[in-house]
Amino acid sequence: MKFKLEKNDFPSFLQSLIDRYDLYAPVKLAEGVSIYKKIDHPDEVDLSILNPQKPAKDIFFPQSETMFRYEKVGKQNQMISMEEGKRDRILFGARACDIEAISIIEKVFVGEEYTDVYFLEKRNKTTIIGLGCNHPLSTCFCSSAGGDPFLRAGSDLFFIDLGEAYLVELLTEKGMAFHKNKFFRETDPKDLTLVKELEEKAFEKVGFSIPVDGIEKRLDLMVENPFWDKIHEKCIGCSVCTFLCPTCHCFDIVDETSKERGKRVRNWDSCLSALYSQETSGHNPRPSGRERMRQRLMHKFYYFPKNFHRIACVGCGRCILYCPVNFDIRQAIDLTSPKRIKKMKGEVI
Amino acid sequence: MIQQKIREIARELLTKKEVDLIIGFGEGTLPLRTTPRFMRNAEKTDRLIWNSFCENNLAVYLPKFSRFKVGLVVKGCDARSAVALSLEKRFKADQLFLIGVPCQRMVDRRKVKRAVRGEILQAREEEGILYIKGDGFETKLNREDFLYSSCQVCIHRTPLQANVLVDDPVEEYPLTEIHPEISAFEKRSSEERWRFFEKETSRCIRCYACREACPMCYCAECFVDSSRPKWIEKGLNSSDLQFYHVVRAYHQTGRCSGCGACERACPMEIRLTYLTQKLNQEVKERFGFETGIDRDAPPPLATFEAEDKQEFIK
Repeated sequence: MKFKLEKNDFPSFLQSLIDRYDLYAPVKLAEGVSIYKKIDHPDEVDLSILNPQKPAKDIFFPQSETMFRYEKVGKQNQMISMEEGKRDRILFGARACDIEAISIIEKVFVGEEYTDVYFLEKRNKTTIIGLGCNHPLSTCFCSSAGGDPFLRAGSDLFFIDLGEAYLVELLTEKGMAFHKNKFFRETDPKDLTLVKELEEKAFEKVGFSIPVDGIEKRLDLMVENPFWDKIHEKCIGCSVCTFLCPTCHCFDIVDETSKERGKRVRNWDSCLSALYSQETSGHNPRPSGRERMRQRLMHKFYYFPKNFHRIACVGCGRCILYCPVNFDIRQAIDLTSPKRIKKMKGEVI
Repeated sequence: MIQQKIREIARELLTKKEVDLIIGFGEGTLPLRTTPRFMRNAEKTDRLIWNSFCENNLAVYLPKFSRFKVGLVVKGCDARSAVALSLEKRFKADQLFLIGVPCQRMVDRRKVKRAVRGEILQAREEEGILYIKGDGFETKLNREDFLYSSCQVCIHRTPLQANVLVDDPVEEYPLTEIHPEISAFEKRSSEERWRFFEKETSRCIRCYACREACPMCYCAECFVDSSRPKWIEKGLNSSDLQFYHVVRAYHQTGRCSGCGACERACPMEIRLTYLTQKLNQEVKERFGFETGIDRDAPPPLATFEAEDKQEFIK
């Protein structure tokens, strides 16, 4: 079902969402820096940055999340569970790549063997409103990574910016609940033509140039390849790429305690940090950047597809844009292509 | 031409086996960027480049290559970090061959991005002009208007500590050493200063890019990672974020070359150098010391002199 939302009505529409839901949308923190955040006022929503630095996974799997608290009562520790917010939630303005990534980490958090209640509760309570990508960046490669700039999968509603208005598609049962929204107008055949044009333009810009196809088979043969000796060299071992990656989902669980009370917290963790694989004995099975970079790439392009039949990369380009030393994952993928591997002797990237 | 000279020197060092590898800059994959390049093959030294986008401090890689002879391409600040590292015995000075570039000062890619509308797709520089091509626009910008703030106040652009200089020393300016950012900061009330610090650090995502990009942050175990004792929690509580940033800055006292690598690395664009630059200024005033200028002078907080000012002992 398709509707149109005039931009004049957009703030009122957002306000109507805020009245009924916890609304999460991109918010500007500083010039050029934004994150997804709970919104109190329509003016806070800022769609000027294509993808906020922190991906939308933060809304379902927050960087730092208290799992439960405990308190000393007499000689015993008493556990206090955390109350989730009562209201339903809306994620507004996420791009197809971020939304696809939520489905990807869902494969891990909501599986047959175990279910992560923290993720699941947030996921179930959230209606996702995707936003089509009219102007993908040159660092975007979603089409190569199994998505596309206008991928609807995962969205309950989908917005497309037509200039003066948004085209609104209701895609799921959750989305259909909005069909009587008072701000939605009927669409024009012209609008649908425009959507088609916008889609074609964006597809053309993103292209299919990154050789992701078959990468897991290539990596299967590369565990001990000299490729790993060199490719990690420039990596300084920070966690920018993994934290800002919409599909990276590793975490560390710690207790924050004082004498009388404490809380158990889980925080994002990164396979690129040495501490990540450090064992209590002092032994580190991934002693250098070589093993750590191998883990990062292998997990995305080999282990994850082996387990879940999809690469753990959506081509959002954040790791490329924000890497302090310009490590480019597109180049790394390209270097695993058969003709490049053959040529490689010593010097890569 | 600087780039040509770097390539020639690198080729010679590798051919004569005077170094095991050269660490320099290569073509980046993004406009306004270059990328660190590790060169072991003399035949490929023409892939080394030099321009206003060589923003990384390559001395950060030295501890990693402490068993090798390294030829390192350095700007003034990078050379000072290398000297500081060798003073702290992270690296033997004779293992290191510094290829010094009198620095034209680096262009702040974020300032350039802010000055245009739309995505930048191509950037090139010629005689002080940046030619920017983007998605539906084209523009020319004056390079000097877009320098990193750490570069704007640099008075050690020529790496005099280098084994070889690829060009004539540049004229150092401004010679007044008052950092405009610090003096503006100092003029504010303590509440305003706190608010600024609080706002900046609140964006921190604890990726530690600032730490990892800094040549002087080489501790085997950073205080934030220590679990016994545990100095700091690992989440995003504002007090933990502030604590991290205060200690990170303080730990640089007398060791920071002011290269700005911490701030350049931050994906959340947190202002960081106003803290370290202030400490640098303080160290200079109190101890007459500047990081990495004198190959033999130990960092002031690692030594003491009978004449040290001691008014803090009450």
